[in-house]
Amino acid sequence: MDVFILQLFNGISVSSILLLIALGLAITFGLMKVINMAHGELIMIGAYSTYLTQNLFHAYMPSSWFNWYFVISIPASFLIAFLFGLLLEVSLIRHLYGRPLDSLLATWGVGLLLQQLARSVFGAPNVAVTSPSWLNGGMRILSDVVLPYKRLFIVGLVAACLIAMYFYIYRSLEGRRMRAVMQNRDMAACLGVSTRRVDAMTFAIGSGIAGIAGCALTLMGPIGPSLGTYYIVDAFMVVVLGGVGKLVGTVLGALGIGVFNTMFEYWTNASLGKVLVFLCIVAFLQWRPSGFVAMRTRSLD
Amino acid sequence: MLAVRQLEAGYGESIILRDVSLKVEPGEVVCLLGRNGVGKTTLMKSIMGLLKARHGTVAYKGVDLTKRAPGRRAKSGMGYVPQGREIFGQLTVYENILIGLEAAPREGRGRGQANMIPPDAIAKFPVLPEMYARRGGDLSGGQQQQLAFARALASQPSLLLLDEPCEGIQPSIVDDIREVIRSIKADGRTAILLVEQSLDFVKSVGDYFYILEKGAVAWEGTLTQLNDDVIKKYLTV
Repeated sequence: MDVFILQLFNGISVSSILLLIALGLAITFGLMKVINMAHGELIMIGAYSTYLTQNLFHAYMPSSWFNWYFVISIPASFLIAFLFGLLLEVSLIRHLYGRPLDSLLATWGVGLLLQQLARSVFGAPNVAVTSPSWLNGGMRILSDVVLPYKRLFIVGLVAACLIAMYFYIYRSLEGRRMRAVMQNRDMAACLGVSTRRVDAMTFAIGSGIAGIAGCALTLMGPIGPSLGTYYIVDAFMVVVLGGVGKLVGTVLGALGIGVFNTMFEYWTNASLGKVLVFLCIVAFLQWRPSGFVAMRTRSLD
Repeated sequence: MLAVRQLEAGYGESIILRDVSLKVEPGEVVCLLGRNGVGKTTLMKSIMGLLKARHGTVAYKGVDLTKRAPGRRAKSGMGYVPQGREIFGQLTVYENILIGLEAAPREGRGRGQANMIPPDAIAKFPVLPEMYARRGGDLSGGQQQQLAFARALASQPSLLLLDEPCEGIQPSIVDDIREVIRSIKADGRTAILLVEQSLDFVKSVGDYFYILEKGAVAWEGTLTQLNDDVIKKYLTV
């Protein structure tokens, strides 16, 4: 029983991290169809923003406030990654819409550039971010089962991001414009929607969410300039498995990969577990090439 | 009101329209006729701004819009019901109409009214409010066409571009849509530029007619001038 609960929690925890790193990509790749290889670097930017916030708090704030730096660092990393995303879209991505291969190469180059930038600014070695003390420890639910607060916090953060994204995309005026443009750009333009603005905003928001993911990753361990490269494959896997263009699909994709990964790793070992997960994904995509949730409507033309 | 002068446009290297000039006056129904492939839809797209003009101008209400984006043209009062309807399949019927409001004039509409669909935009389509929660892509062709009309009318345009509104739709709904076009004409607030295959219908609503052939205006005239000789020469296949 203890083992079962612990494994279930681990599965959900891994899923939540996967989901957080994939959510931004679900927008930039899922909605906008931009193969953004620099997504990992936007995560890295978010992580370093958290590091910077921490250092600023260290330097300029009374030490009793230090524990609350993390609360500030979440919006801060969103904002900084958002600005980087906006800059990237305006200067580069907007010239590459509808050219997947070009955008793949270009964004990969941007990724390398950003990594080197981080290396030049912060140095090549990993830096550590001190977690706030209120996230240390865990919740004891059975005598042997302790759920770490950090993991619980990430699960909560993902839930909050999901809810915010849901309301933005499906309930707000901006979200409605965004969906209209992504489905039928020309027609949306003919109805007076400013497609340039919508593109820039959408890409920037996707980038901002990657920043939040980076912020959360600082809780899991030290961070370095190549932090993003570890996560980019997972992020794409989640979005592709979930089905492009739907939030629900991304959630299912993350849950599927997270839970199965934990299960397989428990039964076998870490590397074999990963192989089995990949095999399952390949098999699944053979069976349903468009992922868990495919967009379907009656097509009339 | 709408004045197209010596327009030349096309796709990539190929030129479809050569030297097309036409005019639409306020409240008037102007019909664009011609056999398949003569450039009627291309002309509609260039008027709306989806295709860039190589030469010539598109002016609306005295303002030269040739270089302006489609959104700017929509905001100056042009409504577009494209061929194939182009409904947003994943948006609900209600959201589709709300997108139509984007081009509506901002003045006189407070923030609270941003989601107000003008009643007369949907009054002609009583079936739409019953389907507000359904996705646009799940509607039938005829329903989608009605939705495309309501979406274009939401911004209360002064000119409506209708590209084959009755194409591929069952006869009873075709009659409904013709009724709608007639009632828009009767209201007199909205001019219409209509591409339509049915001569009988066109003759019953049209004020002025242009016939395109090989990407140029081959004939233009009023209803009385549109006699059998003209029809035989330019329209019979």
